[in-house]
Amino acid sequence: MHGRVKVKSTAQQEEEKRKEQEKKLKVYLTVRDAIFSKRSNGELDEEALQFTQQLLSSNPDFATLWNYRREILLHLETVKEEDEIQKLYEAELFFIETCLKMNPKSYGSWHHRGWVSSRLPRPDWTRELSLCDRCLSLDDRNFHCWDYRRLVVKASGVPVDQELQFTDRLIGSNFSNYSSWHYRSTLLPLLHPEPGSEVCEEQLLKEYELVQNAFFTDPNDQSAWFYYRWLLGRAEREELISCVYVSREGERVAVAFSKPVNALTEGLMLVLDGQQQQRVEWRSAHPRFRHSPVWLCELPPGSVSDINNEHNLTVHWMEKHTHRDCALYTGRPESWCRDSATDQELFSELSVEKTSVLQSELQSCTQLLELEPQNKWCLLTIVLLMRALDPLGHEKETLAHFQTLKEVDPMRSSYYSDLCSKFMIENTILKMEYAEINCLLSSFLKNLSTLCHLDQLLLVTHINLSSNQLVRFPPQFSMLQCLEVLEADDNAIGNLEGLYHLPKLEEVSLKNNQISKLSDLEPLASCPRLTRLDLRGNPVTKTANIEAELAQLLPSVTDLLL
Amino acid sequence: MAADNLPSEFDVVIVGTLTESVIAAACSRVGQRVLHLDRNYYAGNWASFTLNGLLSWIEEYKAQQEKSPDDQTDVEQEWREKIEEGEEVLTLNSVDSTISNLEVFTYAEEPEEEEEVKATSVGSVLIDSLAAEAKENSSSSTEAQNSSGPDDTTPDKDDDEEHQHQEPENEQTPETQEEPENEPQPEPVPEVKKKITYAKLIKEGRRFNIDLVSKLLYSRGLLVDLLIKSNVSRYAEFKNLSRILTCRNGKIEQVPCSRADVFGSKQLSMVEKRMLMKFLTFCLDFEQHPEEFQFSQKPFWDYLRSRSLTENLQHFVFSSIAMVDQETLTEEGLRATQHFLRCLGRYGNTPFLFPLYGLGEIPQCFCMCAVFGGIYCLRHSVQCLVVDKESGKAVIDTHGQRISCSHLVVEDGYIRDEQRTRSVNISLVTVPPLDSSSPAVRMVELSSSSMTCMPGTLVHLTCSSVGSAREDLEPVISKLFYVPSSPGEEPAPCEEEQKPVTLWIMFFNMRDSSGLDPSCYTLPTNVHVCTGPDASLGNDYSITLQAESVFRQLLPDEEFCPPAPNPEDIIYDGDGTQTEGAAFQEAGDALGTSAAGEEEEEEPQENDQSEESSEPAASSESAAQ
Repeated sequence: MHGRVKVKSTAQQEEEKRKEQEKKLKVYLTVRDAIFSKRSNGELDEEALQFTQQLLSSNPDFATLWNYRREILLHLETVKEEDEIQKLYEAELFFIETCLKMNPKSYGSWHHRGWVSSRLPRPDWTRELSLCDRCLSLDDRNFHCWDYRRLVVKASGVPVDQELQFTDRLIGSNFSNYSSWHYRSTLLPLLHPEPGSEVCEEQLLKEYELVQNAFFTDPNDQSAWFYYRWLLGRAEREELISCVYVSREGERVAVAFSKPVNALTEGLMLVLDGQQQQRVEWRSAHPRFRHSPVWLCELPPGSVSDINNEHNLTVHWMEKHTHRDCALYTGRPESWCRDSATDQELFSELSVEKTSVLQSELQSCTQLLELEPQNKWCLLTIVLLMRALDPLGHEKETLAHFQTLKEVDPMRSSYYSDLCSKFMIENTILKMEYAEINCLLSSFLKNLSTLCHLDQLLLVTHINLSSNQLVRFPPQFSMLQCLEVLEADDNAIGNLEGLYHLPKLEEVSLKNNQISKLSDLEPLASCPRLTRLDLRGNPVTKTANIEAELAQLLPSVTDLLL
Repeated sequence: MAADNLPSEFDVVIVGTLTESVIAAACSRVGQRVLHLDRNYYAGNWASFTLNGLLSWIEEYKAQQEKSPDDQTDVEQEWREKIEEGEEVLTLNSVDSTISNLEVFTYAEEPEEEEEVKATSVGSVLIDSLAAEAKENSSSSTEAQNSSGPDDTTPDKDDDEEHQHQEPENEQTPETQEEPENEPQPEPVPEVKKKITYAKLIKEGRRFNIDLVSKLLYSRGLLVDLLIKSNVSRYAEFKNLSRILTCRNGKIEQVPCSRADVFGSKQLSMVEKRMLMKFLTFCLDFEQHPEEFQFSQKPFWDYLRSRSLTENLQHFVFSSIAMVDQETLTEEGLRATQHFLRCLGRYGNTPFLFPLYGLGEIPQCFCMCAVFGGIYCLRHSVQCLVVDKESGKAVIDTHGQRISCSHLVVEDGYIRDEQRTRSVNISLVTVPPLDSSSPAVRMVELSSSSMTCMPGTLVHLTCSSVGSAREDLEPVISKLFYVPSSPGEEPAPCEEEQKPVTLWIMFFNMRDSSGLDPSCYTLPTNVHVCTGPDASLGNDYSITLQAESVFRQLLPDEEFCPPAPNPEDIIYDGDGTQTEGAAFQEAGDALGTSAAGEEEEEEPQENDQSEESSEPAASSESAAQ
């Protein structure tokens, strides 16, 4: 048709492109070979700089070439005047910029830029900062640029408040960028250093408002929620000896710490009636743990066995300069000294101390939940806040929220189950302490999928875990050094690893569980006082010759139900 | 140059402006012989003028008004002779009848005025006090002037603009709809550092372009898509609007529409933020949730009130996001909201683009695209249409030449009134909704970085007309701006001082024929009529849909605006004679684009006001986003 502009056909275009590429490749390879031969000859001249520049500008990820360039530049530094060096490095920065345009996420280019900036006799940090800003405005999650920016900020000493404004700006333009929130969390403690807490309260309130703006605008954005979680803080538990237990029988001592420690390296010292006991051997509750919150030892034979003697025991934790005393009175078979879980606020995960602050945060979140009843982040945060405020008072609501969580986020339902189990155990421990008893009753413990806080149960004598969803007794279970009666019927337990060296354990009921092999029962052999064992309803009872085998494995058991 | 240079046979003759230029580009792109005529300048009612150009446009308008219809009879005799037997003649309008009630007021004199105001159906100059006000309602005026971008008269502003084409710093679009019961509130006033005199305005007049109609491009609208698809975008530069404002209870407020706006908004409570986001998210895919809107037969306004939205939010959604009126039905309102939201974020934080140097750039771009064999002729119009029984056969131009063609596309302004069987009320004009019966006034505020005004601000106000432009819009102007009662008068020290001072105002009404059914014209089937600008903010209907539908009628089997090839892929013939009509026509100072297919033709035409108007890299960048 007339008048139509003639356009090259696709085949023609492709052919041209192919030829062009071939040509390019040939040049590339030639230059590469030339560079390699120059390098092996140890030539550190400007020509080599030129060659490497030529290749790097089309392929900035060729790390060897950057290395070679650094060798050359270091060499040139020794032979040139400072002004010349400055010019050389400035040119280098300019060149890197073109490489970054080519590939803004090239490791080699960013690293080289950092290197050049640190070698530059008179660095222009303002320019570097604005380069970073430009780069981040194009892609606010370019972590190479974030890294480089940190380097520039550190080197040029940008004031913290200016950096905070920088994060304000980035968050304002896109609050879904966790990089900026995270950066903020590193700046705030620097800006308002406050003894005791990381951020001063006034600033904290501003932060709450900012982050609430974000999660009210988009409650499904996790960046804001993570930052919020950071703001609410994590309780840092004080390091101390939380419990010392001593028993005349077996002359055993058990020591519980507020966090797992390795007693063998932490300088643990036992003083009995003023005499340092150097020969005691500490062992953790279970051989699998090198770090454990509970450590055990046996006193030299005869040292506390006479019930008519009174003894004073002190455990020193040398490294933390702390200790705990325990008096064993006449006529008593055992004794302990400990902090209660309620005193220690052990279970608060948030560090914010002001109840009023938490209360108003809870209100905001509840308001959001009314608008977004299905929002998992909001639900979870509410649960945390409720626990920090009043774990027992909010127990019912907490359980209901967990139920909703499992429904709206089925992919993580096991996580929610475990978390809920943890909270329920905490609540039970609290209740147990308020009632001043050492028994865990089944009525409190429902739907547990996991066991935790077992170190808090050092003194528990009876425990009923029936009708839960447990699959095992974890090794931590061996911390229940005072346990006498264990009921765990109607679970799915197949692993008894944690029933290990429980010196006082007498009765174990494991009806209707999943114990299938004789070897599963082996840990029980380490419990010297076990006399009653109920295994009804377990696959293992079908094993041939089971009674004889068990008699051999557990000779102390006299009352066996199969 | 003489008109007899024109070839006398074409496939398509196109008379008119914006929509027509798209059709011209589309037709010539697929090899049609196209003659594109325009009676004065590029773009007709879509045009952008320098201030001087605008002044002569006003003169022309006034002259036309005075001209009696009898003047034409002599000329008519000349071309009557060219009519062959059996042919009839349909006379086309030689006078543009779409503009009426034109009034101009100048307030800039020797003394102090800082702004120039133009009213297309009201223009007025608003300084950035609006801007500052939107952010800080209670801010002191000092703050306002500090934060004021447009007011700052640094001379390098224009130069900056060349480099940061996407940076929206200075444009403002206040969307205004006022509640009837509002008390006007004083605006904080920016301090004027530099007075602008009328003489200076005229002197600087060539540095900026003023649009006749005020429109913006929806960034995901059909026109933008067409610009990208056809590669025409490489001939123009655009800016993303920087913010959207609304006037409520006499206060100018920023409308939070994007996610970042909502997050940063100080006027919304946390709960409102959630409600608004929730509603907007729903609007994005409202078709998926039919259970949420059983109101489809009820007005959108009622629907909004039934949702859990505060009054504040209802106002934002209704007047600034959906931009619909009280009668609009729910579904249409939702669709408008959805369109707005989909356009958000493509090029920035607002859904609108504005072409640098004004809207008149767009038809020009398409005309550049017509290098594929079209002939463009300015200041050259058509007097009548020669009709042979059923269909039109030829046109006779203003120089008396007879040009035959198989199709004629013409803007509706050329169709004489008597050929119009029905007329919809005149529109594209205004009214301040000071009482409830008035339509909403749309106001577009442009700063100098848009290349449409000098330092200071140009404000377009647009609304559907009830009375004359002046009657409709004056109340709004007096509410938002200070209009000196005599040129150069100092504003009263008290509250009047708070408002931006106007320099120059022009009012006019423009006919909106977009509501007309094409079938209401009693014309031959191969004559296609395009309507002029309508009153809506976007360009989708008026340009793209219409152009495409006309093109489909003309050439049903051809692709509409396929991408223009890259310059390096074009094969140049040695003789370069692809088109017979390679000679290009020029009349007066207007420019024409010929069909020679030379590479330079693809370059943007240098306009006297534009240092450089396009940057291929920039446009491809926009396309990539």
